[in-house]
Amino acid sequence: MPPREGIYGLLAEFDTPGELVHATEQARLAGYRRMECYTPYPVEDAAIALHFHKTRVPLVCLLGGVMGVTTAFLMETWINVWAYPLNIAGRPLFSWPAFIIPAYEWTILFSGFSACFGMLALNGLPQLYHPVFNAPNFRNGATTDKFFLCLEATDPMFSPVETRTFLEQFPAISVVEVDH
Amino acid sequence: MATKGPMQDPIVDPRIDPRTGEYAVIAPGQNFKSITQKIAGIVLTSNTPLGWFFGLMVAGGVAMGVVIGCTWLFLKGVGIWGITIPGAWGFAIINFVWWIGIGHAGTLISAILLLFKQTWRNSINRFAEAMTIFAVVCAGTFPLIHVGRPWLAYWLFPYPNTMNVWPQFRSPLAWDVFAVSTYALISIIFWYMGMIPDFGTLRDRATMPLAKYMYGMLSMGWRGSTRHWIRYESASLLLAGLSTPLVLSVHTVISFDFAVAALAGWHTTIFPPYFVAGAIYSGFAMVITLAVPIRKFYHLEDLVTLRHLDNMAKVMLGTGGIVAYGYAMEVFMAWYSASHWEFFMMWNRMFGPMGWAYWLLILTNIAIPLTTLWSRKLRVNVTYLFILSLIVNTGMWFERFVIVVTSLYREYLPSSWGTYRATKWDYIIYVGTMGLFTSLFLLFVRFLPMIPMSEIRTMLPQTKVTPGGKNAETASQEAS
Repeated sequence: MPPREGIYGLLAEFDTPGELVHATEQARLAGYRRMECYTPYPVEDAAIALHFHKTRVPLVCLLGGVMGVTTAFLMETWINVWAYPLNIAGRPLFSWPAFIIPAYEWTILFSGFSACFGMLALNGLPQLYHPVFNAPNFRNGATTDKFFLCLEATDPMFSPVETRTFLEQFPAISVVEVDH
Repeated sequence: MATKGPMQDPIVDPRIDPRTGEYAVIAPGQNFKSITQKIAGIVLTSNTPLGWFFGLMVAGGVAMGVVIGCTWLFLKGVGIWGITIPGAWGFAIINFVWWIGIGHAGTLISAILLLFKQTWRNSINRFAEAMTIFAVVCAGTFPLIHVGRPWLAYWLFPYPNTMNVWPQFRSPLAWDVFAVSTYALISIIFWYMGMIPDFGTLRDRATMPLAKYMYGMLSMGWRGSTRHWIRYESASLLLAGLSTPLVLSVHTVISFDFAVAALAGWHTTIFPPYFVAGAIYSGFAMVITLAVPIRKFYHLEDLVTLRHLDNMAKVMLGTGGIVAYGYAMEVFMAWYSASHWEFFMMWNRMFGPMGWAYWLLILTNIAIPLTTLWSRKLRVNVTYLFILSLIVNTGMWFERFVIVVTSLYREYLPSSWGTYRATKWDYIIYVGTMGLFTSLFLLFVRFLPMIPMSEIRTMLPQTKVTPGGKNAETASQEAS
C-alpha cells in the first residue's frame, strides 16, 4: 500500500448514544457519506442513521450450509457405495436415511464457520492497525463508555475547517484530527 | 420467564425490582464504566488472589489422575478397567455421556435463550459457554481412550489412506464422531467470536505490555465500528440459530448409540428427547455449581443476581419434569410392550442386584429437586441451590450408570449374565477429568473475560436512544 499522507478524518467524541445518533443523522443530512460510528456495544440507531441495514453475512452462511450438506452427503455416498462397500446386516449400500445425520452435522459446521469467518472477512478483520487508534482519546473510550463519530477525509464534502465547525455545533466532548 | 404482578406488601429488599416483583437482572446503580472496570479488573489485575492459586493447585493435582490413569491405560490396555463381557461398556461411556450432557446448558443459554430474547442470560452466557467447551474436552477424552488403541483414534475420521479403508456411515458410532466434533468446533467458534469485542476492551485497558499484545492479537483489531457491529450481530444470531438444532441433535445422536442397539432398556424411541432434557437438566445444575462460588469469590452479586439463580432453578424444574416423564414412560412402556425382555429389564433395574442405583437416581434426580424447587424461597437460597446442583449432577451420573450397566449385565441369555464393578483406574480417570475441568475453568476466569461486557452494556438504561439526541440521562431517569 502506498504511504498515505494528511489526515484520515475528524473524530468527535460523545457521552451518550443519543447524541451520537443525532450527530450522525445531521451529518448525513448535511451531505456527508464517508463516515463511521464507533461504539462500545451495538447501537442499532447509529446503523440506521448511517443507512447501513443489509449485510451479506446471511448469504455467506447459506452458501456454507449448502456446501456442507452437499460435501457430507456425496462423501458418504461415495464411500459407502463405491469406495468401500460393506454389507451391514443386509442393509442397502445407499442407506440415505443414515447418511442424513452426518450431513446434518456438517451443514451446521460449514454454515457456522462461514458465518463467523464470513463476518470477519466482510469486516476486514483481522486488521491490527487502523488510523482511528491514533486519536489520543479513542482507545480510552471507544471500547468502554464513549461514542465516536468519524467523518472521513475521503468524503468530497470534507474540509478540515468547515467539518470541524460542523461537528462542534453538537455537544461533543472533543473533536480531534486523526492522522493516518 | 413469567413475571408476577407487583407484590402486595412493601418490599424492603432493594434487589427486587418494584415493577415486576422479581429480582433485578442487574443491580441498580451500574454504568458502562463500572461494569467494564469490574469485569476487566478481574482479568487485568496484577494481584491474582491467593485463593485462585490454591484452587489451581488442588484442581491441577486432581487432574493428574487423567495423566497417571491414561499412562497406565496406554501401557496395559483397557483390561485395567472394570469392563467385562457382557458389561462391555462401563465408566468410559457413562462419563462421556455425562460430560457432554453438562455442556448442553452452555449452548442452551448462549443460543436458545438469545433467540428467545431472554436478556438475563447475558451475565452467565460466557462462562456457561466456557463450561460447555471444557465439558466437551473432558467428554472427548473418553471415546478416544476407550478405543483400545488410542494412537489410531484418527481412523474414526474419513480420510484417504493407503489401506483404502473408510468409516461406515450406517453406524451410530460414526455419527457420534461428526456430532461431537461439530459441537466442539461450533462451541469454540461461538465462544471466541463472542469474546472479540471484549478482547478489544481488555487491549485498551491493559497496562502490562504482554497483556496489551496478547489481547490485541486476540481482538483482531476490533474497534467497535457500527458496520462491524451490525455484521457481528448478524453472525451471532445466525450462530445461535445454528447452535439450537445442533445442541438438540448432539445428545440425540448420542442416544442413538443406545437406541439403535437391539437391547432391552436401550431400544426405545423416547431416548432422544429424554437424553436432551436430561442433558440440559444436568447442565443447568453445573452452571449453578460454578456460578455460586464464582459470584461469591469475585463479588459479582450485582451482575449474577438472584434473578439468574431463580431463572436457572426454574429451567431445572422444567427439564427435571421432562426427565421424570421419561423415567415414567420407560416403566410404562416396559409393561405396555408386553415384551418379556423389556419387563424383566425394568424389574431387574428396580429390584435386581443394582436396584440401589435406580432408587438413588430417583431420589436425587426426581424426589429431592422436583419437590423443593417449587418454592421461591429455596430457589433464591444460594446455599440450598448449590447443594441441590451437586445432588442433581450426581443423579444424572447415576442415570447414565443405570442405563449403561443394568441393561448390559443381564443379557438375553442367562448363561452370559455377569456383573459390573468399576476398578480404581475407572475412578482415578473419572475424578481426574473433574480436576481437568476445574483447572481449565480456573484458567478461564483468570485470563478471559468471564462476563460479556459488551452484552451487559446493552442492558443498562443508559443505552436508550431518544429521538433528537436528547441526553440519555433523562431517559434513564424516566426509566428508573
